[in-house]
Amino acid sequence: MKIQTSTIPRRGQSLKAREARLAYSLVVPTLVIVLLIVVFPMFWNIILSLQPIRLQNLPTINLLDFSNLSLNNYVRAISARGGHFWDVMRVTFVYTIGSTILAIVMGLWAALIVRDAFPGRNIVRGFLLFPYIAPVVSVAFIWKLMLDKNIGVITLLGEKIGLPPISYLTTRELPLHLFGLEVNIPLALITVILFEGWRYFPFAFLFLLARMQAIPEDLYEAAAVDGATPLQRLWYITLPQLRAVAGTLFLLRFIWTFNKFDDIFLLNGGAAGTEVLPIQIYDWLFSRRNVGVSSAVAVIMALILGILVFAYLRWFLPEEE
Amino acid sequence: MPARWSRERIERALGIVFKVFSILFFLLITAFPFYWMFNLSFRPFGDVLMNPLRALPRPEDFAHVIAPIAACWGGGGTEACQAAVRNSSYAAVLLDYGFLTYIRNSVIVSGLTVTLTLLLAIPAAYAVTRLDFRGRNAMSWGILLIYMFPAIVLGIPLFVFFVRIQQALGIQLRGNLYGVTVIYLASTLPVALYMLRSYFPTIPRDLEEAALIDGCTRLEVIWRITIPLAIPAIASVALYTFMIAWNEFLYALLFLVETQPSWTLPLGLQQLDSQEVPRTFLMAGSVIITVPIIVIFFFFERFLTRGLTAGAVKG
Repeated sequence: MKIQTSTIPRRGQSLKAREARLAYSLVVPTLVIVLLIVVFPMFWNIILSLQPIRLQNLPTINLLDFSNLSLNNYVRAISARGGHFWDVMRVTFVYTIGSTILAIVMGLWAALIVRDAFPGRNIVRGFLLFPYIAPVVSVAFIWKLMLDKNIGVITLLGEKIGLPPISYLTTRELPLHLFGLEVNIPLALITVILFEGWRYFPFAFLFLLARMQAIPEDLYEAAAVDGATPLQRLWYITLPQLRAVAGTLFLLRFIWTFNKFDDIFLLNGGAAGTEVLPIQIYDWLFSRRNVGVSSAVAVIMALILGILVFAYLRWFLPEEE
Repeated sequence: MPARWSRERIERALGIVFKVFSILFFLLITAFPFYWMFNLSFRPFGDVLMNPLRALPRPEDFAHVIAPIAACWGGGGTEACQAAVRNSSYAAVLLDYGFLTYIRNSVIVSGLTVTLTLLLAIPAAYAVTRLDFRGRNAMSWGILLIYMFPAIVLGIPLFVFFVRIQQALGIQLRGNLYGVTVIYLASTLPVALYMLRSYFPTIPRDLEEAALIDGCTRLEVIWRITIPLAIPAIASVALYTFMIAWNEFLYALLFLVETQPSWTLPLGLQQLDSQEVPRTFLMAGSVIITVPIIVIFFFFERFLTRGLTAGAVKG
């Protein structure tokens, strides 16, 4: 660096060392908070998951007593209620993958219609972001009320076109007759997935739109000269250019949906076959008042996520720095 | 085939039809729920039960809602005033159900979170982008990892932590707005750092070096050059962190639920979700918590969308 010659180091301390010292003092407050509130609890969680701790003896138990660590909590977490854990796991993955794909597909659709200018485009674009920026508590209650069995506007309008008068968020299975076959569709689970797709498509929309607008115009011009029709241009130019962003989006949304607690908790509390891992963690902690098992489930969830984040860093952001 | 019916033309025509249909569809699904929230929030619950599909509040419904203003003018406490408040969704939520307190709490928590986040994240982000120190890369990676760490998983040990600190030191962290603010800080700092770290490198290095040669210290450089040039990014961070803190629900539920005077708006609203409270009150509460966000959004949309896209992906 050029400045090195212009500044005179004091008392033999090199400029590099002084710069590093300044850097540390700028970083330390953030680092301390993050270490104390995120990293330390993260590791402590592992210890908690190995101890037999109930909520009621939390104030009195000796947390530093490491003499009877065991995997009992994990065994209990996995085997309790006849292997209910595996149902929760399955629901979590269906919910996460379904919501993620739906959000990205809707986001792509929205980005495609907003890409080219039309009168009122900015207003439409603003509206498109509403579901994502509005507080989750209020949108969850709006939908809960719109889907209410007795006064919900969606339920009642659905009845008018011949849909059954049911509670969408609390009906576990709806038998459906298709070509003489009877299929049970998991209605409540599908409903929360639709909500999730609705709430998070704006996120995908923003990224896909930004990427779309960065595609060089001459690619399209060249294609048009070669006689490519609009659909062909979409298929052979736009979509391939979006692949990298879509991959990143998928992982990000997957990770965030996987550990999403609020949405399902507020919509129906995890009833009717919509119990996901975060809800189960909360349930172990407060309904069954078992801190140990709750942290065991949390550790399992964090492990799965850790693998996913590793995959994200390893394969999707290799060019960083 | 005549040019009039070329595939290009057919696709283009269908494309326009599809686009118009799509725009209407998206406007419907994004605007209608919020419209319905307003609609229900103004109507008496009795009427909602009788005519659930009425799409517009009647004039007398609005009269109910604003009745407390006249009835309680010049001092509340009268019988008529209390009755008017009970009948008006907004007045009931604000006065009888404590939303005025929750608004105050939410403003304190969000304001504090934004201020402290900026105060801590700007210097840290500067250090990570411009200064050379050991552990710099580790810190950049660490930020990204923490950015994605699940809130519910941190919730348990923090809960245990808080209970024990209270036990051992007598510091009441549960039910304490400042305790929750510190936790919010831990979740906003990584986001803020990440966003700023992707913006700072776009500020020309030459400017900073010229200032250093002219005798400015690093801190002066940050204050006089980096911050003024990074105002758009800083605005994005501020808005984004404000939204995180304003909307946050899980930590509020874990740490504040036992002390009603410190409930934030999301928690206060969630606690309204019971059989005893008319659904219309729930919608009035939803309006109260949503409107500030939408207003902010309309004024600062540019910064906000930039913040959202800078938050997670580069290119």
